[in-house]
Amino acid sequence: MDAHPNDSIIVEGGGSGVGIAALIDGTCDVANSSRKLKDEEKQKGLIEHEIALDAVCVIVNVSNPVEELTLEQVQKIFKGETTNWSEVGGPNLEMVVYTRESTSGTYETFESKVMKPDNVTLNALTKSSNGEMAQAVSGNRNGIGYVGIGYLARASDIKALKINGVAPTTETVQNGTFPISRFLYMITKGQPEGLAKDFVDFVKSPAGQKIVEEQGFVKMP
Amino acid sequence: MKGKIRLKLSGKVLTAPFASVSILAVFFIFLFVFTQGLPLFNQISPFDFLFNLTWRPTATPPSFGVIPLILGSLIVTLLALLISVPLGILGAVYLAEIANPKIRELLKPAIEVLSGIPSVVYGFFGLVVLVPLVQNTFGLPTGETALTGGIILAIMILPTILSISEDAISSVPVDYKEASLALGATKWRTIKSVTIPAAASGITAGIILGLGRAIGETIAVMMVTGGAPIIPTSIFYPVRTLTQTIAAEMGETVFGSTHYSALFAIGIVLFIMTLILNSVAIRLIKRKNGERR
Repeated sequence: MDAHPNDSIIVEGGGSGVGIAALIDGTCDVANSSRKLKDEEKQKGLIEHEIALDAVCVIVNVSNPVEELTLEQVQKIFKGETTNWSEVGGPNLEMVVYTRESTSGTYETFESKVMKPDNVTLNALTKSSNGEMAQAVSGNRNGIGYVGIGYLARASDIKALKINGVAPTTETVQNGTFPISRFLYMITKGQPEGLAKDFVDFVKSPAGQKIVEEQGFVKMP
Repeated sequence: MKGKIRLKLSGKVLTAPFASVSILAVFFIFLFVFTQGLPLFNQISPFDFLFNLTWRPTATPPSFGVIPLILGSLIVTLLALLISVPLGILGAVYLAEIANPKIRELLKPAIEVLSGIPSVVYGFFGLVVLVPLVQNTFGLPTGETALTGGIILAIMILPTILSISEDAISSVPVDYKEASLALGATKWRTIKSVTIPAAASGITAGIILGLGRAIGETIAVMMVTGGAPIIPTSIFYPVRTLTQTIAAEMGETVFGSTHYSALFAIGIVLFIMTLILNSVAIRLIKRKNGERR
């Protein structure tokens, strides 16, 4: 907006589902989403534009000696089949599983890349945002959860586990070797026009991608 | 005479619409919740909704059982009442009968200020202070439990119960107490057997108000109970309440979907629970009043 003083962009929060619903209703022009469009949403004329990459990192408390897990071990933990840290090389402590509310985009990515076809255990404590999740795991040495890669830097007492031997970094997310990664989208109704088009183009441009990196996400390869 | 009659009539005409507005508002809200929630029963049977033990609205296939949620709401409310009712009544007795007037003048407004604190502040306090406290005191893997929810709710509804009970106890006619003392009863015996029973209807009203607030409380409970939709077999496990389910999931559901209707159906359940509780309360109070006559 500094570069274009006559244009104003208003940003509202709410989550992937909220934005897409608003787009369908016509109460917004661009919806940011951390998940792909569903078929019924595509049928309403919505189009997704890939603008960045995000990795969903499995996190534990820094006091936990465990450094890595296989995808299968993660699945078993979140299913509720593995319940003690000693079963995966950690101390004899009961595991506390944190998950996101089932309507979150981060949850959907985690579910599709890690859990399918099974569900996260009903015993998992639900958190309403990445921030809350990071805070919960940083405060509980028994805890295990998941956050977007951008949140790793923001919370102090958490660490990301290597999954199948791969740590979540810019390179591993861009080249696809980190297994739990996803695209972030900007969604428009039909092809974007006018200011909406300018904005989406800006985000895809090198200047926009630099901001993507500054915010802790991964720029498009 | 003509002038007086006209004044009376216009008074009624002017005030009646304002009174009806509030009743109509509640009625329309109820109608809205009902119409948004009923479509759920085109997709699943009421039996399935009410008696299914699993709440998993976004799974394939989705499951909309409210039992864990109803039990979650009930257990934190029950715990809150167990803690706050004795404390509230005893505190009210202290303030009304035992404390000297200066202390009473100081404490009563202070307690009423407590009831004005926003619930999210209570929730934050619960998250940052109570949750680790419960976790460490009881050696639990996590402090986000039904107990923590019950405690924070108890703190929230205590001012209401205490304040209203105190009003009720102070309003007991002095002659009752004097008659009891004159018959030779001690002060405590008087309080126990005469004053409190005499104030019973007011105390009950205070408890009902507190209960209503406890059932409807959303944010504070959301932040400390863990939100896991499991059947609570112990107060040391996390639970998920009806209200927090609506608050946490409504923002992300697709308008008009089955999940959307299910959340409104939870609203219907809450409405019905509140209706039942309130009518039980009113009947209790009427009966108490009837007995005294």
